[in-house]
Amino acid sequence: MARGFSVTSLPGFAAIAITSFVLLYAPILTMVIYSFNASESVALWGGFSLRWYTAAWENTQVQEATIRSLVIAVSAALISTTVATMAALGTTRRGRFKGQTLIYVMINQPLMVPEIVTAVALLIFFAAIKVATGYTGLAYLVLAHSAFCVPFAYLPIRARLEGMDLALETAAADLYATPWQTFRRVTLPLMGPGIAAGAMLAFVISLDDVIITEFVKSAGQDTLPTYMLGQLRRAVTPEVNAISTALLALTVILLTAFFLLTRRRD
Amino acid sequence: MADAAVEARSASKEYGSGDRIVRALRDVSLTIRKGEFFTLLGPSGCGKTTLLRLIAGFEMPTSGTILLGNRDISRMPPYQRPVNTVFQSYALFPHLDVAENVGFGLTMRGQPKAEVERRVARMLALVKLEAFAGRKPQQLSGGQQQRVALARALAPSPEVLLLDEPLSALDLKLRKEMQLELKRLQHETGITFVFVTHDQEEALTMSDRIGVMRDGVILQVGGPREIYNRPVNRFVADFIGETNILAGRTEAGCVRLGSGDLIAVDNLNGAAEGAAVTLAVRPEQVRIGAGPLQGRVSNTVYFGTDTHCHLRMADDTEVVARMQSPPSGDVGLGEGATVAFDFVAGAVRVLED
Repeated sequence: MARGFSVTSLPGFAAIAITSFVLLYAPILTMVIYSFNASESVALWGGFSLRWYTAAWENTQVQEATIRSLVIAVSAALISTTVATMAALGTTRRGRFKGQTLIYVMINQPLMVPEIVTAVALLIFFAAIKVATGYTGLAYLVLAHSAFCVPFAYLPIRARLEGMDLALETAAADLYATPWQTFRRVTLPLMGPGIAAGAMLAFVISLDDVIITEFVKSAGQDTLPTYMLGQLRRAVTPEVNAISTALLALTVILLTAFFLLTRRRD
Repeated sequence: MADAAVEARSASKEYGSGDRIVRALRDVSLTIRKGEFFTLLGPSGCGKTTLLRLIAGFEMPTSGTILLGNRDISRMPPYQRPVNTVFQSYALFPHLDVAENVGFGLTMRGQPKAEVERRVARMLALVKLEAFAGRKPQQLSGGQQQRVALARALAPSPEVLLLDEPLSALDLKLRKEMQLELKRLQHETGITFVFVTHDQEEALTMSDRIGVMRDGVILQVGGPREIYNRPVNRFVADFIGETNILAGRTEAGCVRLGSGDLIAVDNLNGAAEGAAVTLAVRPEQVRIGAGPLQGRVSNTVYFGTDTHCHLRMADDTEVVARMQSPPSGDVGLGEGATVAFDFVAGAVRVLED
């Protein structure tokens, strides 16, 4: 082992690390444990039970909100990933150009502007359209989610493209591949894992969103997170814990897949 | 010329615009013959790779034309040109296996599957990689990747094969092996090879003809012996191998050196009487032991088979003599000793500047 400075050798390193992990995971662990609580309390343990999972599963409001959340998340992931793929191709498959940084900033705008600002802006903007057209369907939520998911889909795709040798496409052209064939046979397969990772990240981000959804949704358009928020205003039962735990499980699965896809194969 | 494989006619290439213009290639005219191993040699930034990219179609000339056979291909996209390239970075497709890489060009040309498979098998046999057909490029060594890149570029039977410093990433021993391998492949396939390198030794050992480039201009085109023994100017003499450069002045058909010695030259290269000239002599053409010239030994450097002896003449001009090392390894020339030496007849060249 190389001898030299290492943060791990500083006094108190282990203590700080352990404290951080406890702070990160203790609340989540508590939530997961109490989702299996037999009693109605979120604080008092009354034995192991799956009753809250059953309750959530049979709750028609939860069912509707879940389906709505999935419809929005899948649509938003598809739209934002398509847009992000084109943006990534446009910003990496060429040399540096004037205004490149500005373009990056503009694409990543949702990461920098406070979400509440976007939410208010969308509320006002969509209100005008709702008045003009009379349409109040799910499309507003899908579009709003698609917009703020773009940077999350864009970043892994761009990273993938930037790690890709431009000479590969030159080589394909040299070997009689037309521009379309080059894209189809070389660029697309190589950026595939990046696209899948971007789509998954966009899906998780959309599934999780509260603020923008809360502002944009019309009456009766609760998604799972806004439904849960609404429940908290009334009596809190471990049903919320059960739903959260299910969401957590889904997210962990997707993020594991994301990690496996973006890991470099050497 | 009827047997031209590639021809550049007044080809120029400029990058950038306005006052930040870079002229990578200046009015280059060159004919590469069918079936020859032609090398573009020069330091980095001399335009050799730009010229290669113009032939491949990755760049279009700013002015002038590129001909393949007798067709003007200046504006033809790369995927329509029957020309293939071996890239410096190999640029093998990482998501395809070796066989798919080698077959890529044929597949894109719409060859039937059976024909592609037959041809791929032949190519892999040619580069001795039959056993690796199912491997991914990342699982191969540098030398093996190099062979795959060669097989991939040769598979579609291009009219011209372009090689962009393909050996620069290999270690010395492997490089020597690949040099022989390339010569063998060129001989077996009969395809015109255009090879780009900055390594003069590589150029001398492999090429039928060499084009020496600098600053976007071709300075000299000729066979290895011609380039080495009759360099047209100081740059070529200096770039190709080691050279002693001596300043002098013409006098009665001979040249008076700075040291005051008068030496005979075969050809004054049109220099007028009394004009200042530059002379070039290769170190292996300097004979120590006898002769009209005198020098003080300033240093001897042992290279194994050879020993270089650095001599200083009366005016402090340095002359390097290359001698074969004797069995003892010691040439017996002490520092500070004064020795007589001479240039081999016909070895002194008058250079253009």
